[in-house]
Amino acid sequence: MSKPDLATIQAVPDPLFIHEDALKISTFQVLDETGNVIQGIHEPHLEKDVALRIYHTMQFVRVLDERMVAAQRQGRISFYMQCLGEEAAIIASAAGLSDTDMIMSQYREHGALAYRGFTLEEFMNQMFSNECDLGKGRQMPIHYGSQRCHFMTVSSPLATQIPQAAGYAYGQKLKGADACTLCYFGEGAASEGDFHAGMNMAAVLKTPTIFFCRNNGYAISTAADEQYVGDGIACRGVGYGMKTIRVDGFDALAVYEATRVAREHACQHNEPVLIEAIAYRVGAHSTSDDPSGYRTKDEEEKWQKMDPVKRFEDYLLQKGWINLSEEEKRIEALKKDVLQAVKKAEKIDKPDLDQLIEDVYQTPPKHLKQQLQHLKDHIKKYPRHYPTTASRLD
Amino acid sequence: MAQMNLLQAINSALDIAMAHNDGVVVFGEDVGQFGGVFRATSHLQEKYGKGRCFNTPLTEQGIAGFANGLAAQGCYPVAEMQFADYIFPAFDQIVNESAKFRYRSGNEFHVGGLTIRSPYGGGIAGGLYHSQSPEGYFTHTPGLKVVIPSNPYQAKGLLLSSIFDDDPVIFFEPKRLYRAAVGEVPEDEYRLPLGQAQVLEEGQDITLLAWGAQVEVIQKAAQLAKDEGMSCEVIDLCSLLPWDQETVVQSVIKTGRLLVSHEAPLTSGFGAEIAATVQEHAFLHLEAPIARVCGLDTPFPLVHEKEYLPDHLKVFEAIKYSLNY
Repeated sequence: MSKPDLATIQAVPDPLFIHEDALKISTFQVLDETGNVIQGIHEPHLEKDVALRIYHTMQFVRVLDERMVAAQRQGRISFYMQCLGEEAAIIASAAGLSDTDMIMSQYREHGALAYRGFTLEEFMNQMFSNECDLGKGRQMPIHYGSQRCHFMTVSSPLATQIPQAAGYAYGQKLKGADACTLCYFGEGAASEGDFHAGMNMAAVLKTPTIFFCRNNGYAISTAADEQYVGDGIACRGVGYGMKTIRVDGFDALAVYEATRVAREHACQHNEPVLIEAIAYRVGAHSTSDDPSGYRTKDEEEKWQKMDPVKRFEDYLLQKGWINLSEEEKRIEALKKDVLQAVKKAEKIDKPDLDQLIEDVYQTPPKHLKQQLQHLKDHIKKYPRHYPTTASRLD
Repeated sequence: MAQMNLLQAINSALDIAMAHNDGVVVFGEDVGQFGGVFRATSHLQEKYGKGRCFNTPLTEQGIAGFANGLAAQGCYPVAEMQFADYIFPAFDQIVNESAKFRYRSGNEFHVGGLTIRSPYGGGIAGGLYHSQSPEGYFTHTPGLKVVIPSNPYQAKGLLLSSIFDDDPVIFFEPKRLYRAAVGEVPEDEYRLPLGQAQVLEEGQDITLLAWGAQVEVIQKAAQLAKDEGMSCEVIDLCSLLPWDQETVVQSVIKTGRLLVSHEAPLTSGFGAEIAATVQEHAFLHLEAPIARVCGLDTPFPLVHEKEYLPDHLKVFEAIKYSLNY
């Protein structure tokens, strides 16, 4: 229905309200909890090398998350957010894209960046805010971005990337690029006005955007039942006139297949698609959060058993594509690499003080140059108070 | 050269920009086939197609967010906010996103192609929500450029510069002058530099500074003062961020007196920034306190609009006070 038209409306004699349960959206699943293809479900085609790339990225993110949470506890970095429990949702969806599609994320999707080949050193440089950081040490840890990896730099304000993803994809359409934009966000962010704005704009302006919602049950301490009372996020996609699917976020194969088909649709028809992945945030919200204050151990344990990495591993074992002892060796080596990378990144100098005023504008205006000079004169006067920059001033 | 009013000059700039570069995309509420509620985007859809000039759903935060994404992709979005009074839903996208895009990513990404156009200002019986001058909210945001033209010639030249500038620009258009201001405007492309003030009249006794629709008010006051033998130097600031400190400070060093006038409320208005900067750089040259003739610290009223506005008589009185100090 486009314009309302009384002449063609089907009238009813009673005040018939549609019940909220009229649209209960089902969940797409391929693998059961032991990694077997569920009986009666067509097994999606997944190339072996793509499957291994997904699996090895999952391992990488597990090791990285474990190590960096510990590094934060030791005070070596100021902040961290892990994606424990959501590895399949993130990494398998990235695998369903072309590597040159744009990804715009919230913050818990570094698995997609890892899948795109962001290096261990690049991750570390960002977290340690050293002079090799692409972001020049300006943002908090985990706010990654890379032009090379087609991964838009993360910003803290929630949901702002949603209408941006509509605009970015519109540009791709305008230029006739065979490309789309995938936009990740959590179910909490979907309560922001920018969710409504972006979804509706993408639908009306026909942009090749894949909206990917990680519904992991919590926005910090707020459980999903305090976030909305409708049927999750998926039902809203239908309301915006958008192709919509709900998928088991613990099932890498289902996520991969849903994203692959969504991409095909978005690119061929220049239309947005909504994917809602049902997951669980197994870890704390961030290193500044302690979930024991708002949820029970029993609940956490129930979900910990639904390990998405284990499920995909079981699938690959059945396929005969991996060998556990080799994988164990690989993980051990990975742990050593990460530890080394931490040590290396923390020894690299902080960015030069001049970086403070660069990139505010493309060229620093006069008043910023004056402010920097004033600051330098001040630091030279009190060098001991500014130890990281004082010794490096000319 | 052709006679154009301010709207026609803006329309001409958009037309030229769209012809010049395929990446220029114009959108907002009612800007498509209808051509905008003020007709600034007339005939653009007809000429360049629905893909490059189109209506959006009625959502300012959506328009700004969409424009950010489009600019990050490499296009030159020219987004319209129907009235500056309705830019506030987009405040987060503009302040937290547009302004910080390049800085936070270490220049991996930027939205330099972004321009947001919006009619601003009072004097049209617009009441609270069709009269505001919100420039001060944006001049407090590093990463943005803020530009306000005062006549058709400037509007075209500054808008063309804004569209192709390397940084995001908020372009406020004095809607009271849309049809009232008419002047000679070159039909071809030309660009005027951002960040540069324009000395409209040279004078010796006092510097008068304003921007946008307020420029003609201070010019009128300068004429009243001239009739009584006072010589005013009249400056149009044109760009508020970054602003041309040098031209203003040099003028005040010469005249020894400064009056700043804007429609927006006095407290924390951009006039405060100018006054503070000028007293810092011209302290020993000032012969009188810097005067600010501004809107009252109230919402913009309907029935008392005439009383509220900093008109030429209020400016004239402030000139005399300063010269007699």
